[in-house]
Amino acid sequence: MQNYHEMLMQDIRFGEGLNACMNCGVCTAICPAAEFYDYDPRKIVDLVQSGDNVGIEKLLKSETIWYCGECMSCKTRCPRGNTPAFIVMSLRSLSQKLGFFTESEKGRQQFAIKRTVGENIFKYGYCVAAYAVSPEMHLEQGPIWQYVLENSKDVYERMGGHVDELGAGPLRKIPEDAKEELKKIFEVTGGTELFDDIERHSKKKASEMGLQFSGQGIDNEYFIEVFTANKKDHHT
Amino acid sequence: MLQEGKKRIWSDYQKEIADDHFFYVRSCIRQSFFPGSEQFFLHFMKNVLGKDVYENPSHTTCTGIGYHGDVVPLATIMTVVARHFALMKESGYKNIAISCVTSFGIYTEIIETWKHLPAELDKTREYLCKATGREFDVPENMAHTSDIIYKYRNEIADKAKYKLINLQTGEPLNVVEQIGCHYSKMFPKYGVGGAEFPNVLGGMITSWGGKVVDYPERRHCCGFGFRQYLVQANRGYSLSNTVKKFASMKPFKPDFVLTNCPGCNMFMDKWQYTMKTMEGTVYGDNGESIPVLTYEELAGLVLGYNPWDLGLQYHMVQSEPLLKKMGIEYDPGDKYKTKDGRQMPIPQNLINA
Repeated sequence: MQNYHEMLMQDIRFGEGLNACMNCGVCTAICPAAEFYDYDPRKIVDLVQSGDNVGIEKLLKSETIWYCGECMSCKTRCPRGNTPAFIVMSLRSLSQKLGFFTESEKGRQQFAIKRTVGENIFKYGYCVAAYAVSPEMHLEQGPIWQYVLENSKDVYERMGGHVDELGAGPLRKIPEDAKEELKKIFEVTGGTELFDDIERHSKKKASEMGLQFSGQGIDNEYFIEVFTANKKDHHT
Repeated sequence: MLQEGKKRIWSDYQKEIADDHFFYVRSCIRQSFFPGSEQFFLHFMKNVLGKDVYENPSHTTCTGIGYHGDVVPLATIMTVVARHFALMKESGYKNIAISCVTSFGIYTEIIETWKHLPAELDKTREYLCKATGREFDVPENMAHTSDIIYKYRNEIADKAKYKLINLQTGEPLNVVEQIGCHYSKMFPKYGVGGAEFPNVLGGMITSWGGKVVDYPERRHCCGFGFRQYLVQANRGYSLSNTVKKFASMKPFKPDFVLTNCPGCNMFMDKWQYTMKTMEGTVYGDNGESIPVLTYEELAGLVLGYNPWDLGLQYHMVQSEPLLKKMGIEYDPGDKYKTKDGRQMPIPQNLINA
């Protein structure tokens, strides 16, 4: 078994986020995720600082580390200067690197985030762009959003936009050379490698689950499964 | 306590905000959902205050939503942000104005990381040079665009056409302010009033005649939670946390919500629609939902800008109840018209319409 604590220490967020936890539980008291899910950031911090390698592996394969919303409220309140959310972020990174994320329902969702927000970065130069937020996948956006998309040229033009055109302004087309630089940054810094890890492990999991998988896009059984599956036992 | 001691303590909660020559970076969410807000900011800064604000069309996403969705590594986002700083340097600017609270939080995290761990700064310089051949400087001054509106709040009050007063009762309007977690919960010194006394919106509200509502869940997250909204199966988290806030503020009868973060604005607007549709619940008075405004939209209204040029008609919760309370003159016939005055279709089934 690899030494997971040592691997976590390679992530600067882990070192910066974990001093000595005294188990006061203030992080759990302030945590929006702890109110909604069966989730206790205090226990996570307590476990990782113990260095229990078996326990950390279990955590890396668990639903638990995917419950945090990264609001970072815990950073403000910890009396010892810890940041449980940074610890969770480092656990998530390691879980994806090792392929453990596909062992949990919530972890498998990383594939959906990569195929949507992640790929938007290269396609459009934005994480989120109006034309990439479909009303079918976002019913909560209501009838006004359908309207905005159906009338987008007129809507954005009045607000100073030139949708998908070069030049300054909201929803401008990001120049190809800028998107090319983004791609190179991802290649040089490990971003492409993370994308590849998520794809590789997800493809393997889709095969294990007997679900159809395609090399691109969201119109495949595995994407729909991970985007919508909710076994509803995540709550207290 | 001696005056000197008080000043020293409160100095930790002050923020130095540049007064001119800004390199402006847009927000993915604000430009998509509230483009009128960014248009107002640029118009106000350039045409009303006469400031120099420059937008480089080559700037991209900061990748912040991907980073907090855990599909973008820290080294990657640091280098993407470094590229923005390189564009700023190449354009001759030293002050950055950021339109997004998620981005603002990212920038604070990165700059603090570089300060504490200089080897990370060196590594980022190498990465950026290798990927793009660019070089960068760290900004001398970093402001969220709300910081800048806050800085000029009294100038806006002096030019105000309307105040945050209920014309019928003569009382100040009750305003809920939603700061957005990543503005100052992570690195308090970058926010006006820090994490304990955030006053960036409260300062605007009181300067313009309103009253800030203090309610139990005032500092609770809006419910975004990144992956907890991005993935459909998790959206109960997002909705539940928003509901917790609205249920807490309801007894205080807020006239509207003012937001700092475009994400907060979207969720607090759209989840009200969801709650009304799912359960018939509304959180405002008189069976109405509570309008949710960005600080740019509010500043624009106070200054007498046309509400439909600010984009208020593109929220789910419509703002007419608020416009009436403030006595704002508006033309209902202009609401859904194009820039050149052509009539557009009228959207149906909006809230408060």
